[in-house]
Amino acid sequence: MKPRQQRMLALGLAAIGIAIAAAFTLRAFQDNMMFFVEISDVVAGNYPKQRNFRIGGLVVDGSVEREEGSMDLRFRVTDMACEIPVSYVGVLPDLFREGQGVVAHGRLGEEGVFVADKILAKHDENYMAPEVAESLAKHVENKTAPLRDGVSECNPNDS
Amino acid sequence: MWKFFHQLASPPHFYRLAAVLSPWLAAPGIALIAYGVYAGLFLAPMDYQQGDAFRIIYVHVPSAYLSMMAYMIMAVSGGIGLIWRIKLSHAVAAAAAPLGAAFTFLALATGSIWGRPMWGTWWEWGDPRLTSELILLFLYFGYMALRAAIDDTAKADKASAVLALVGVVNVVIVHYSVEWWSSLHQGQTLMKKGGPAMDPAMLYPLLAMILGFTLLFGSLLLRRVRTEVLFRERRTRWVREMILSPEGS
Repeated sequence: MKPRQQRMLALGLAAIGIAIAAAFTLRAFQDNMMFFVEISDVVAGNYPKQRNFRIGGLVVDGSVEREEGSMDLRFRVTDMACEIPVSYVGVLPDLFREGQGVVAHGRLGEEGVFVADKILAKHDENYMAPEVAESLAKHVENKTAPLRDGVSECNPNDS
Repeated sequence: MWKFFHQLASPPHFYRLAAVLSPWLAAPGIALIAYGVYAGLFLAPMDYQQGDAFRIIYVHVPSAYLSMMAYMIMAVSGGIGLIWRIKLSHAVAAAAAPLGAAFTFLALATGSIWGRPMWGTWWEWGDPRLTSELILLFLYFGYMALRAAIDDTAKADKASAVLALVGVVNVVIVHYSVEWWSSLHQGQTLMKKGGPAMDPAMLYPLLAMILGFTLLFGSLLLRRVRTEVLFRERRTRWVREMILSPEGS
């Protein structure tokens, strides 16, 4: 083998090695790489219980309720299969709208209410997030759960 | 064909070629950017959700794209330099790094300014797209620092080329982060299946800006490679003859 080919081989092998190492690392940190947890996973109990986490989904149309004379806010977030109520006190981003994507940071309180300490709006690439859109499309196809008040009786294990 | 490549790799030949090519890239690049700025600010309609604030994409998207493009140029020319021992390609890699870092910074800064009114936050730790783009900036800094730390050019070329190649993993992560994981950042608009999800009146200025930024980057890169070549070849005869000749240049 010529020296040039040796170098080529060495670089190629190194590249494959790095790619495999990176793939394993990313797999190991899969849960931490997720910016938010989907609603179905929260309902199924697949969420970090030791720490605060983020949920992502769509604000249910007509679900936003404001307490008169305070900053208290309640609304529901859905991934079209399951929905959970969220409570929040504070200022909302401009893009927060019913029917739009939202990411809420906080913890799951009693009676399945997600108590948010931070609300972020998520705008879509149509000038819906691919993962939300995907999970929407997925669940719309299944048509498993009719949406109800409060925690919907969905079956998150279907998906 | 091979003769063309051999000539291209010769520093004096490339030095002259770059001088000829640079303005031919800069002129259409600046024209496209001028059109893109005008059309993006005045002709494109407001976005149905984001209003006028979406117009920052006309700087943000080309910068973010070039931040990755410049890195790939840096890594690939570093790799070519390692395998074929071509000094010129190491010079290209060295010249690309500060440009790439500048575009990465621009992408982070414009993204942050955009994120404040749209998402409600300047910065979110834990978002994969944001974090990997920041790591990209640090990779550029590390690359430049490594080069500056080694006095021997040949050694600096080799070490930094290896660093650049390892860092390619991060560019892949930046690109696919919005597909692999949930992210605050929206998904692909331009490369979306079934065509760009964008009004044509918004899209054309954006494409003009992307092409314009790329051409301008190409022109700047050629100019930087010229300086880099001149410095690296400062002790050679062709440089001395060129500088001492009456025409100079």
